Amino acid sequence: MTDTAANDGFVVFDRVQKSYDGENLVVKDLNLSVARGEFLTMLGPSGSGKTTCLMMLAGFETATHGDILLGGKPINNIPPHKRGIGMVFQNYALFPHMTIAENLSFPLEVRKMGKSEREAKVKRALDMVEMGAFGGRRPSQLSGGQQQRVALARALVFEPELVLMDEPLGALDKQLREKMQFEITHLAHSLGITTVYVTHDQTEALTMSDNVAVFDDGRIQQLAPPADLYEKPQNSFVAQFIGENNTLEGVVTEIKDDTCIVRLDGGEVIDATPINVSNVGDRTKVSIRPERVEYNKDRIQEGAHTLKAEVLEFIYMGDIFRTRLRVAGNDEFVIKTRNAPDVDRLVPGQQIEIGWLPSDCRALDA
Amino acid sequence: MSGLPPYASTGQRTWYYTFRVICGLIFFFLIAPIVVVIPLSFNAQDFFTFTPEMLRLDPEGYSLKHYRNFFSDSGWQAALWNSVRIAPVATILSVSLGTLAAIGLSQDHVPARRAIMAILISPMIVPLIISAAGMYFFFSRIGLQGSYWGVVLAHAALGIPFVIITVTATLVGFDRSLTRAAANMGADPVTTFFRVQMPLILPGVISGALFAFITSFDEVVVVLFVGSAGQKTLPWQMFLGLREQISPTILAVATILVVVSIALLTTVELLRRRSERLRGMSPS
Repeated sequence: MTDTAANDGFVVFDRVQKSYDGENLVVKDLNLSVARGEFLTMLGPSGSGKTTCLMMLAGFETATHGDILLGGKPINNIPPHKRGIGMVFQNYALFPHMTIAENLSFPLEVRKMGKSEREAKVKRALDMVEMGAFGGRRPSQLSGGQQQRVALARALVFEPELVLMDEPLGALDKQLREKMQFEITHLAHSLGITTVYVTHDQTEALTMSDNVAVFDDGRIQQLAPPADLYEKPQNSFVAQFIGENNTLEGVVTEIKDDTCIVRLDGGEVIDATPINVSNVGDRTKVSIRPERVEYNKDRIQEGAHTLKAEVLEFIYMGDIFRTRLRVAGNDEFVIKTRNAPDVDRLVPGQQIEIGWLPSDCRALDA
Repeated sequence: MSGLPPYASTGQRTWYYTFRVICGLIFFFLIAPIVVVIPLSFNAQDFFTFTPEMLRLDPEGYSLKHYRNFFSDSGWQAALWNSVRIAPVATILSVSLGTLAAIGLSQDHVPARRAIMAILISPMIVPLIISAAGMYFFFSRIGLQGSYWGVVLAHAALGIPFVIITVTATLVGFDRSLTRAAANMGADPVTTFFRVQMPLILPGVISGALFAFITSFDEVVVVLFVGSAGQKTLPWQMFLGLREQISPTILAVATILVVVSIALLTTVELLRRRSERLRGMSPS
């Protein structure tokens, strides 16, 4: 991947490593390519190295090894102020001693732009985020959501080709966050800018991005479009980290092309799709999404694998039912069922039969 | 009295009022010597005491003659001129060097920050007479003893610790992502400093400047060692006035200095509050 990536990516990380203390690598061998106009999200738990990557791209941290390329040119030796990258900071980093208009004007002033041109651009940027009426205010006079919009306008006002966002919606309430998620994606796509977005919120990552890079332990665990990430996780970390997931542990007893047989620790034998298990005898974690499990007899599809289960808890959530089951000795097996007229409502203690397709059941590394 | 809840016991009540009396006494102890000087400076006689006429509030007992003396006497005028020439320059030096030092020492990657800080702060802790003696010998060797720049440098060294302390305190609350944001938007480090960092740490810089100025303006020990007759400052002249002439002119000078100090303090405090307000609540 690295070679082709280095050729056509707009932003390229080529075998990048980063260590703060010279011993422990925070980022281990990172290879990543972002196409022009792409919205890429770096998703991961805290300490996974995603923010470090963003800081290296912005120029606030230097890579210990490897190259970072922007538009084909290595930028390791270019200071942050000459990179021309826009950035939205986690706490917005608006200058408190300047008005909103002065904040936006700042990047244009340091570029020695004329006054009338500056004013026109500032106005256009503020209108773009619907903050046109607030140019004369100071940041402390705005609400969190308004500050967020201003920060976004300020990152875009000098028309950078690449914009970085470091958990920009973390401080907003849920409703506003969802609204801004939509607005940011919309703006990024309509302006055609390349965006690298860092977050630890998987919903944000799934709803906003063209591609998501899941980070853990200084490595990209999987780089894929949101749908693939959720439906086809490549390893058990990704399966666990993205969305809700049921895990059954066992041993691979047979592998044949695109199916494998797994003997669960409870003794049951199931079919699964092998993803990153290669040898018979390997321990595996089988992953099944809660909404892919059925218990209504007439809904269980042809060819589905069935198992006995005991209902432990039935939670009515309005649009869905969330049922906790004991399956093959696992007490935390959760299934989600859409609330429809023909769906049985279960009671704790009930013995049922559940079923899923082997293609939804992925045998991952243990 | 909002401070006293209705259920307060007699003991609490007694302590509540005693505490206020004690505070009043301490305040009186601090202020009285300064306040007493002011009416005495209008004394029509050459005494340091209240005359019977003054106590009767007889206009005959008061005059401005000591003020006239201060403004006409060449010795006092020379001293005033020296102070005015030395203190601001020493202040500018202290502020520039102290601010730079504080910014440098607030960065994580600087090795031995605490040790460097301790050395820079030491003029404030080491007894003044020791600093003065040290500077005397050092400046004599390099030919600065008895010169204008010698006194300015000595006073700057005394002022730097104040600037470092006040600026460091402001830098603690300074949001580093602001300088990063500025760099990100294309501002080089110098522009970033003057456009973003400096305006935001200004309250600390102003307070430090005030302390540095006052330190230089009323310093007498170091200037006695490092200066010569040509650098006789106001405090030095006042010291002589008390020891040798016993002239109430120093009361007039003291009054003027008190008024100037109050005016200076008020202006600076207002300025500081203004820039603190502009600094606003940075979301952190």
